[in-house]
Amino acid sequence: MLNYIWSGMIIISFLCSIVTGRAEELSRAILDGADKAVSLVISMAGIMCLWTGIMRIAERGGLTHLVARILSPILCRLMPDYDKDSKAMAAVCANITANLLGLGNAATPFGLAAMREMQKSNLLVNKPNSSMVMFVVLNTASIQLIPTTVAALRQAAGSSSPYSILPYVWITSLSALLAGIILVLLFVRNRSSNRIL
Amino acid sequence: MDLFDSFTDGAKEGLKTLTSIAPSLFGLIIAVSMLEASGFFDILTKLFTPVCEIVGFPPEVLPLGLMRPVTGSGSFAMLDSILRKYGADSIIGKIASVMAGSTETTFYAVTVYFGSIGIKKTGFTIPAALAADSISMIMAFLTIKYL
Repeated sequence: MLNYIWSGMIIISFLCSIVTGRAEELSRAILDGADKAVSLVISMAGIMCLWTGIMRIAERGGLTHLVARILSPILCRLMPDYDKDSKAMAAVCANITANLLGLGNAATPFGLAAMREMQKSNLLVNKPNSSMVMFVVLNTASIQLIPTTVAALRQAAGSSSPYSILPYVWITSLSALLAGIILVLLFVRNRSSNRIL
Repeated sequence: MDLFDSFTDGAKEGLKTLTSIAPSLFGLIIAVSMLEASGFFDILTKLFTPVCEIVGFPPEVLPLGLMRPVTGSGSFAMLDSILRKYGADSIIGKIASVMAGSTETTFYAVTVYFGSIGIKKTGFTIPAALAADSISMIMAFLTIKYL
C-alpha cells in the first residue's frame, strides 16, 4: 500500500508544482528533504534511546509484571472467549502492557503470539471471533504512556516543552480507546441477538 | 539488578527501532517536503477552510489526520513538517502532536495481526478502529483548544 501512497505523493507534487509554478522550489525540496531526514533521525536518536533505556530498567524492576497484573482482569472481561489462565490471555496481557509502556518492538511478537493462540480455539476459523476483533481494535487505538517518537520530534523542532502534550495525549487516546471498545461491544451484542453467527 | 546493563540493553532497542523506521522515514520526509514545496498542502488547506471554519478546526492538520491510520512513518514525517512550519508550541503544532501520539497505525496493525494467522475477513475491525481514530482526531482538537 505504501508503494502507491509514496508514488502518489511524488506524482501529485510534480503535477502540483507545474500548476503553481513552483518547479524550482520542488527540486530544492528534494535535496533539502534528504538532508532534513538525516539530521532528524540523528537528533531523535538520543531521546528515544533514553526512554527505551529507562523503560527497560522499569521492566526489569518488575513494572511490566505489575501493570500486566492490573490489566489482566479488565482484559479478561473484554475478551470473554478466553480463559484467564490461558496462553492466549497471557500473550494478550504482555502485548497490551508492552504497548502501554512504549516497548513497541517487544509488543509485536507478543501480539502475534496472542493471535496465534486465539486462532487455535476460534470456532469461526476464517473469520475472527469477537475477542480477536476486540484485541486488534485495542492495538490500533493503543495508549502509550510516553509517546517517545512524538516527543523526540517536538524536541528536534525546538519545542520549549516537548512533554507538555502528555495529559492531552492520555485523554485523547483514552477516549478513542473507549469509543473503540464500546463500538465492538455494541456490535457483538447486535450480532448475537440477530443470530447471524 | 544491573542498572547500567538494563539501560544499555534498552537503549539498543531504541536504536533498533530508529534504524528500522529510518529508511521509510527518509523516503516519506522527502515526499512530504516535495508536497509541501509544490503547494499541495496550501491548496488542500484552502479547500477545507470553509468547512473547518464552522467549528474552528485548523485545516492545516487535516492531511496528518488522513495519513495517521495509514502510515506511521508518513505521519511522523508530516508532523515534523507541521512542527517546523507552524512551531512546535503553537496550537496547530500541539494538536498535530496529540493527533500523532494518540493512535496507532490502524491499517498496519490490522494487516499484520490478521495476516499472520491467514484471516482475510476482518469483519467489524476496521470500521471500529477508524471510528476510534476519528474520535482521537476530534479529541486532539477539543482537548488542546478547551483544556
